[in-house]
Amino acid sequence: MFRFIAARLLQTIPVLFVVATLTFFMVRLVPGGPFDAERNVPPEIKRELEAYYGLDKPVFQQYLDYLGRLVRGDLGPSYKFANRSVNEMIASTFPVSLQLGGMALGLALLLGITAGVIAALRPNSALDYTASGISMMGICLPTFVLGPLFILVFALNLRWVNASGWFDSADRILPAATLGIAYAAYIARLTRGGMLEILSQDFIRTARAKGASEARIIFRHSLRGGLLPVVSYLGPAAAGILTGSFVIETIFQIPGLGRHFVTSAFNRDFTMVTGIVIFYAVLIVFFNLLVDIVQIWLNPKLKY
Amino acid sequence: MKLLNVLLVLVALAVFSGCGKRETRVDVAIREQILLYGNKSEPQDLDPHVVQGTGEHQIISALLEGLVAEDPKTLDPVPGLAERWEISPDGKVYTFHIRATAKWSNGDAVTADDFVKSYRRILTPSLGSLYSYMLHPLKNAKAISEGKITDSTQLGARAVDARTLELTLECPTSYLLNSMASHYTWWAVHMPTVEKHGDPYKPGNKWTRPENYVGNGPFILTEWVPNSVIRVRKNTNYWDAANVRLNGIDFLPIESVDSEERSFRAGQLHRTEELPNGKIDAYRKDNPKLLRIDDFLGNYYYRVNVGHAALKDKRVRHALSQALDRQAIVDTVTRGGQRPAFAFTPPNTVGYTSRAQLKFDVEGAKKLLADAGYPGGKGLPPVEIHYNTSENHRAIAEAIQQMWKKNLGVDATLRNEEWKVYLDTQTATNYMVSRAGWIGDYPDPNTFLETFLSYSGNNRTGFANPEYDRLVNAAACANDPKARYELFQQAEALLLDELPLLPIYFYTRVYLLHPSVQNWFANYQDHHPFKYVYLEATAK
Repeated sequence: MFRFIAARLLQTIPVLFVVATLTFFMVRLVPGGPFDAERNVPPEIKRELEAYYGLDKPVFQQYLDYLGRLVRGDLGPSYKFANRSVNEMIASTFPVSLQLGGMALGLALLLGITAGVIAALRPNSALDYTASGISMMGICLPTFVLGPLFILVFALNLRWVNASGWFDSADRILPAATLGIAYAAYIARLTRGGMLEILSQDFIRTARAKGASEARIIFRHSLRGGLLPVVSYLGPAAAGILTGSFVIETIFQIPGLGRHFVTSAFNRDFTMVTGIVIFYAVLIVFFNLLVDIVQIWLNPKLKY
Repeated sequence: MKLLNVLLVLVALAVFSGCGKRETRVDVAIREQILLYGNKSEPQDLDPHVVQGTGEHQIISALLEGLVAEDPKTLDPVPGLAERWEISPDGKVYTFHIRATAKWSNGDAVTADDFVKSYRRILTPSLGSLYSYMLHPLKNAKAISEGKITDSTQLGARAVDARTLELTLECPTSYLLNSMASHYTWWAVHMPTVEKHGDPYKPGNKWTRPENYVGNGPFILTEWVPNSVIRVRKNTNYWDAANVRLNGIDFLPIESVDSEERSFRAGQLHRTEELPNGKIDAYRKDNPKLLRIDDFLGNYYYRVNVGHAALKDKRVRHALSQALDRQAIVDTVTRGGQRPAFAFTPPNTVGYTSRAQLKFDVEGAKKLLADAGYPGGKGLPPVEIHYNTSENHRAIAEAIQQMWKKNLGVDATLRNEEWKVYLDTQTATNYMVSRAGWIGDYPDPNTFLETFLSYSGNNRTGFANPEYDRLVNAAACANDPKARYELFQQAEALLLDELPLLPIYFYTRVYLLHPSVQNWFANYQDHHPFKYVYLEATAK
């Protein structure tokens, strides 16, 4: 197991190198620079700013400088937010995204697995159709529709919670629910499929014949196998939830990393774009590794 | 089952009793005298010598004050940190007398030297201040900011004694006091603090963090959570603290207009920065008390590339302009109370209204186009309208496209580009007709007319006219206000004759304001000095 993890970690180094290189050059290929503005920037001022940030050097030299700093874990200063570094921005905003994503994922798992198991236990019954129907709706409804809808009902009409912000614990409810529901729907369908397959297997029939209770059959015998498709989906889902929270963060005015990810590209904040992309790449690699480990643990048929 | 019932009852109780009549944030804030202010975007920084935006202006104006301040109703210059000032008869020397009671938030006295050092700082090229040109009226300022003079003591700013500041100008600048009152570039920073937290002459200084900030305005910075909130609270060291009625302001940088409007409706904001266009009519009908539409010192116009083969002839440019039904655009497309623009400088800008006016005249337009050799639009290549990607700009471009087709038989195509790409295209004058907006930096025709100087980086149309340059430059240095406006009149008439632009409408600021906000006056710079504002509970 240790060798497996070590090997996987070593593989990530070239991956990150390629990601950093591609992003570094791609952001610079786009027209427009970080200091272009609607009001004219005097050429001598622009020169000073570019010199300060090293943008006056040849691109390849900039690239080497960047890699040099990257190796030391320094992602550089933000061009747009003059007094903050990219490291600082990620450190202050990622915990918010993580909290939102964690709550959403927890909710998605709770709702999704419950609905999936219920549907699988009575396949093709009214209960199954209801659960499947609801989860289909969850998949189809985009967050930018669901979010404002939730706000309309719970914040504007019922006045239970605030429409935006990230201050009280109650402010977490709507965004986490909006983000979680789409994933819950997907998880429900995956759980249902996985459970149906397991429940039709011989060893389940044997367990039933031996008089095992329904609860024991679900929790002890089938869930572990039935959840395998969910687990393999969790890696991309976790990454998707964390990187894809831009829409939710904008609708609910949440100070997370997702917003910087998108706005920094509009601002041509080169260091910020590159820094966040590298950070996300690390995250995705980490989640995939985690999923592989859990899968091996859940499925004795797999070997590393 | 019983347990489930009990649970359901408990949940219902919690929901309907506790949260049902929840006090909104606005209600709490009225009691605590905290203004909840929608500020649109996260400020780039809070250093007045580094930033460039209007959102930054609102926050900085709570934290710092100029020698001169703004009257809350008229925005006329009134004493700020300076209790009085004298202007020499030739209009070139201004002497300010700083109040003995003017203090920084750490207790230090505000001195003339603070201003001298601050002005030297903003003009130092290595700081990279994008707005340093605001100080160019000062003697030698331009040369210093361009690096031509390296000895910053040659700047026309001198501390006569601790409380007397003398500013010497290149030439009489009649809008100087307005500019000093309304624009943060003229306000001082506390240099010892700036020096303590980094290089004062390089970007990236950390003095603007809440734990470091030292200001001299009515409020002090207490908290700054990026993309979430900036809190300022009353500054007890402010010279006029006794007359500051708010206890503080929370600036909420809500980027999405829709989210901002919903937050207002949910009782989380006293004031929004904007209102989505689609909601204006609904508020007009159902909630006119909350809706504010104020005239704003800005012009929405199209730049015309005068170097383009098809647009070289000014008769073509006039035809395109005369075929525009600007009234229809503001009535049916923008719908925010904007005024159609038939000149560049907004009407009644400190008493100046352009004599020369464009007109809407379809028959005249047709004739001009025929005279230029394109009868009925025949032979004229399609005019490409270039704009930055946005629903609103697209709607206006489509309306104009139809007007040109219907009134002139001229085809137009649309090209939208993402913001920075759009700026790049515009700077390279790689367009035919390109959408633009200009918001005045200070209330004076100069801030509009100087953009079309042949050497101005804001021109971007290829328009270069020596007579125009002469008139605008002469006006800049004229000491007699009447003669000065006359020069501007001639310059604007020339501009509207050559027409390197198609003015479309004068901006308005459309936003929501809670009825509890008092001492908030409409004005064309959207400046609302916070020291006068207060909150009063209103009957529901």
